[in-house]
Amino acid sequence: MDLRTSVGSLVLDNPCILASGIMDETGEGMARILRSGAAAAVSKSVGTNPNPGHANPNFIEEEGFCLNAMGLPNPGIEEYAGEMRTAAACGKVIGSVYASSPEEFADLAGRMEDYGACAVELNLSCPHAAGFGMEVGTDPLMVKRIVSAVKDAVSIPVWSKLTPNTHILKDIGKAVEDAGGDAIVAINTLRAMKIIPEFGRPFLSNRFGGLSGSAVRPVGVRAVYDLYSTVSIPIIGVGGICGYRDALEYIMAGACAVQIGTAVLSGTDIFRKVNGGLTDFMREYGYPTIGEMVGVAHE
Amino acid sequence: MNSIVTVTGKSDFGDICSLSFNWDITVGPGQFVMVWAPGMEEIPLSLSSVGDVKSVTFRIVGRDTEALRKKGIGDSLSIRGPYGNGYRTDGSRRVLVVGGGIGIAPILPLMADGFDTALAARNAGELDFALPAIGKAAGKTWISTDDGSRGFCGNAVQLVQEILKEQEYDEILACGPEVMLFFLHKFCVDNGMKCQMSLERHMKCGAGLCGSCMIDDKRVCADGPVFTCDEISGMKDFGHSKRDPCGTRVLFR
Ligand SMILES: Cc1cc2nc3c(=O)[nH]c(=O)nc-3n(C[C@H](O)[C@H](O)[C@H](O)COP(=O)(O)OP(=O)(O)OC[C@H]3O[C@@H](n4cnc5c(N)ncnc54)[C@H](O)[C@@H]3O)c2cc1C
Ligand SMILES: Cc1cc2nc3c(=O)[nH]c(=O)nc-3n(C[C@H](O)[C@H](O)[C@H](O)COP(=O)(O)O)c2cc1C
Ligand code: FES
Repeated sequence: MDLRTSVGSLVLDNPCILASGIMDETGEGMARILRSGAAAAVSKSVGTNPNPGHANPNFIEEEGFCLNAMGLPNPGIEEYAGEMRTAAACGKVIGSVYASSPEEFADLAGRMEDYGACAVELNLSCPHAAGFGMEVGTDPLMVKRIVSAVKDAVSIPVWSKLTPNTHILKDIGKAVEDAGGDAIVAINTLRAMKIIPEFGRPFLSNRFGGLSGSAVRPVGVRAVYDLYSTVSIPIIGVGGICGYRDALEYIMAGACAVQIGTAVLSGTDIFRKVNGGLTDFMREYGYPTIGEMVGVAHE
Repeated sequence: MNSIVTVTGKSDFGDICSLSFNWDITVGPGQFVMVWAPGMEEIPLSLSSVGDVKSVTFRIVGRDTEALRKKGIGDSLSIRGPYGNGYRTDGSRRVLVVGGGIGIAPILPLMADGFDTALAARNAGELDFALPAIGKAAGKTWISTDDGSRGFCGNAVQLVQEILKEQEYDEILACGPEVMLFFLHKFCVDNGMKCQMSLERHMKCGAGLCGSCMIDDKRVCADGPVFTCDEISGMKDFGHSKRDPCGTRVLFR
């Protein structure tokens, strides 16, 4: 069985990638995940300036889901150079960036290319950062301008990470494709809230956060399915993948690779486990390659 | 998941405060929780008792510990956890427990379990909060203060050296400021002793996802906070640098 897959021109040893924001604030964190069986790691979303993120509490895990409002903490693109180099020395690293204008996106993406990123991922989808993320990523015209500007600025593949917090996901996907985007990553977290009845207050300091984990998987699978029927560029599925069958749902909906985030809670060996499960499944069901399974649910 | 617990007991010793509460969950010595109430940021605190009644004991060092000290009996707290790996004790080794400063709080459960304990602080006043536990300790206890105002005059490492003159141990279980742990770790390595030490870094999720608490490639919240002698020997950041809330590396002086 061959676990190799490709996202456009980028060939991966297996379909499992570390999702942005998980153990990737530091180079050594990413390096550890690369040693744990992930084919690639996406960096923390990095901006122009250092950002401490939102105050604690900014995270909670419950049965079947997590809520977070980290608020894109990062040391700024300048300082992050060292982290990228440490990680890139151990394997394939995709540089995630967030910005509020096409020019700023282009500038950050160029820096990530200089630092050794094998692709850039544009965060057009964080649901809890004012002026960034989904606030720029839910307007198809803006998305088109951002992707075009970044495409002009770098020679590595440009991935766009989209939000499910919109009713025009297909239009946004089309905008990415029209602007020359190389791949679409779906989904980021769903905008959500938790209230503590005893305190009569939201739990997260930011009040709103993003929902991740098992609970979002059906939304993510639907998003990938919709996008696959709309665009012809590669799609990377993410949201609630906790085992190989979850990864298969995304692949069969149309994803050629997947990202895993919240399930790292269960251990950093999650990447090996998913890959092992995929191999056994492919043997039993007669799929020689990942490619043979991509999008079969549409047939 | 978080639990909402009610404070059932409180004690204040100078700038050190203890809050106790009923929380029906199994916790091991050295594990920690994320504590929050409206009006403060959520902060990591180790449990200073782990029986049916749990407690946290903390030094007032800033805004959030100050806000937490204002809580009293009957008030509610949000508790997430317990998180992390605590101290591993299987009875096969002769163990000396060492606590320095507010690092005494997390080792109180080990003292309650009957292990011999060395307690070090800057002065007598800073040991007051531990006196009730010392009174009840089944194992031996030794005390040192930097200024000699109570017990042996010297720091934690010097106290350990004194103790080892009269008694043999195979392993040290410690918690305290990183400088103390740095020299204690060096002492253990030089003298062929095993050790386990509880480390601290800036925590956000507390659960092992966000990566804000990394020492090298280890997450203090999920891979620690208690690490073994060998794990610590491999840590370049130990005693050298930490990360601020942005993830920027900050060197220790
Ligand atoms: C696993 C762990 C267990 C701990 N157990 C105890 C304990 O039992 N008793 C105790 O008194 N203290 C303990 N601490 C330290 C305690 O969390 C800090 O003293 C507290 O967060 C300070 O908050 P503040 O707002 O009052 O002070 P601030 O002014 O915000 O900070 C003072 C110092 O506290 C530390 N700190 C602040 N926020 C955090 C954070 N989110 N995570 C980690 N460190 C932080 C930093 O070093 C900072 O410089 C523990 C820390 C960790 C990581
Ligand atoms: C703690 C945490 C931090 C995250 N930070 C980022 C981030 O910086 N950039 C980003 O694009 N997505 C971020 N995400 C979203 C994840 O990359 C992913 O899209 C989402 O969590 C769904 O996947 P999962 O269910 O496998 O976690 C974060 C998620 C979590 C839980
Ligand atoms: S505090 Fe988030 S990984 Fe440790």
